[in-house]
Amino acid sequence: MVPSVVNIGCGAGFSGDRVDAAIPVVETLAKREGPKYLIFETLAERTLALAQKHRRKDPTHGYSPFLEDYIRPILKKCYETDIKIVSNFGAANPKGAAMKISEIADQIGCENIKIAIVEGDDLLQVMSSHDIQNHPTIEGLGIDDNEVVAANVYLGARPIAEALSRGADVVVVGRCTDPALVLGPLVKEFGWGEDDWINLATGTMAGHLLECGGQVTGAYFADPGYKDVPDLANVGFPIAEVGNDGSLIITKADNTGGLVSAQTVKEQLLYEIHDPENYFTADVILDISKVRVVEVGPDRVKVSGAHGKQRPDTLKATVSIDGGWMGEAEMSYAGPNALKRAQLAIDVLKSRCRDIKTNNPIRFDIVGTMSVHSGDNEDTTHTHKYPDDGDYRIRIATCGHDKEIVERVNQEMLSLYCSGPAAGGGFRQHLTDQVQTASILVDRNKIVPKVHFLTDYA
Amino acid sequence: MTQEHMKKVRLHDIAHARAGDKGNRSNISLIPYSAATYEILLEQVTEKRVLELFSNKGASKVVRYELPNLPALNFVIDDVLEGGVNSALNLDQHGKTLSFLLLTLSVEVPVTMTIKNTV
Repeated sequence: MVPSVVNIGCGAGFSGDRVDAAIPVVETLAKREGPKYLIFETLAERTLALAQKHRRKDPTHGYSPFLEDYIRPILKKCYETDIKIVSNFGAANPKGAAMKISEIADQIGCENIKIAIVEGDDLLQVMSSHDIQNHPTIEGLGIDDNEVVAANVYLGARPIAEALSRGADVVVVGRCTDPALVLGPLVKEFGWGEDDWINLATGTMAGHLLECGGQVTGAYFADPGYKDVPDLANVGFPIAEVGNDGSLIITKADNTGGLVSAQTVKEQLLYEIHDPENYFTADVILDISKVRVVEVGPDRVKVSGAHGKQRPDTLKATVSIDGGWMGEAEMSYAGPNALKRAQLAIDVLKSRCRDIKTNNPIRFDIVGTMSVHSGDNEDTTHTHKYPDDGDYRIRIATCGHDKEIVERVNQEMLSLYCSGPAAGGGFRQHLTDQVQTASILVDRNKIVPKVHFLTDYA
Repeated sequence: MTQEHMKKVRLHDIAHARAGDKGNRSNISLIPYSAATYEILLEQVTEKRVLELFSNKGASKVVRYELPNLPALNFVIDDVLEGGVNSALNLDQHGKTLSFLLLTLSVEVPVTMTIKNTV
């Protein structure tokens, strides 16, 4: 029987999100009638490349490093109250993630839990590095001859729906579109067809609103005096109520902070959207240009008017290539005449960096004047509108494939301790292994997602 | 309305915004606190002005999309992220803070209009 409403909550909106946010969502869902789902979105573009590197070092790793922190507090309650879990925390190793969940399930007395794995997103399994390198890129840099660290296709909702139809309690995906985590359960419950564009669009919009967790419920929103948010420290994560008539309500976990208002929903609706008429996903092209957002109760917002167009013949894939090294170093100057000392320190750094004779880009900032809003090559001496006395922090940043050169630039900042202007303090530095990403389009017919159950491997 | 009936305010007083990133491209939504203010945004927050505001960061093109039912505007700004999240030397590699740079633009509103920070 087709349910009238499906409830879907979100427990994480990125790989470093709060590990306890899902608990009130589960408490709330457990009290609801009808089918109930909990999603975790933990896989940003480059997170997967980092996971791939981890897997190369240790074949049992390569899934979300916070998997256990997310799953352990809620798994038993979800199992007991029939809340199905869908997540992309499989990253570069969905099977490894599934095995970890199974291990946790055994420890907490959920031995019979059914864990499904969606595979088929790893492009390197069906295409050579050479073929991938020869694809034109639609976003990001050219791939050229750089070593391909990872290449993953954004799968759609269908394999998730299949896994759920075959009885999965937990579905572990590697790379899929973020909205597919929500659309998959809706396709399973409502039986929406592959060309049911309007409903697929509504489900995709629901997924888009949920995929960043608290960003639709008052997190990443507060601007004191302008947009105030109650109890931001305990912001409640979102729940979508999707009706079989294509209706959509966004609300949040009970007894939590935050808020769901027309404003919070509008900000998230347009988040990372370019042309509102053409948001491409694996399942449908979503058109939100005519969408209306109406508050229908406390922390309840109705979202309507999504349109859908036929899905594209291609699937997007993210290709990650080695990106060399990034170096960053910082030092503080404070008190009388601090800005002038900070500027002198930067003059010294510039002179020293000229002697290194590198073509690597180098950026200088004085944090406390204009920094994040200024361009790479803006002159840091244009600081006349800032007071000389104050608390300023200088920063140098560079990148390149030659690790020694990058380290040497950082070293120049360190040497200011003894050889720079008076009273520089609080030196910190980072050296980061970089990954570059590019997006390509792949013929849909080349990609065949597969659903396995962990028991298949036993 | 004539000049003396207008006052200058910052966008921050009449609208809110959020920035998102894809590659070296940023999108910034601009949402008026009051639907009645949408027309002011349409008239005054043009592609040209936004491109000018972000030119110091290398922006090469701005496309403005209109969503009258919300109402809101969506600005898509090319090449503004100095390489984007994987290669920018800027502290804010995603350009998350750029929404509040957009909100520094000044606009003219009727002197009779109640603005957010005076409520």
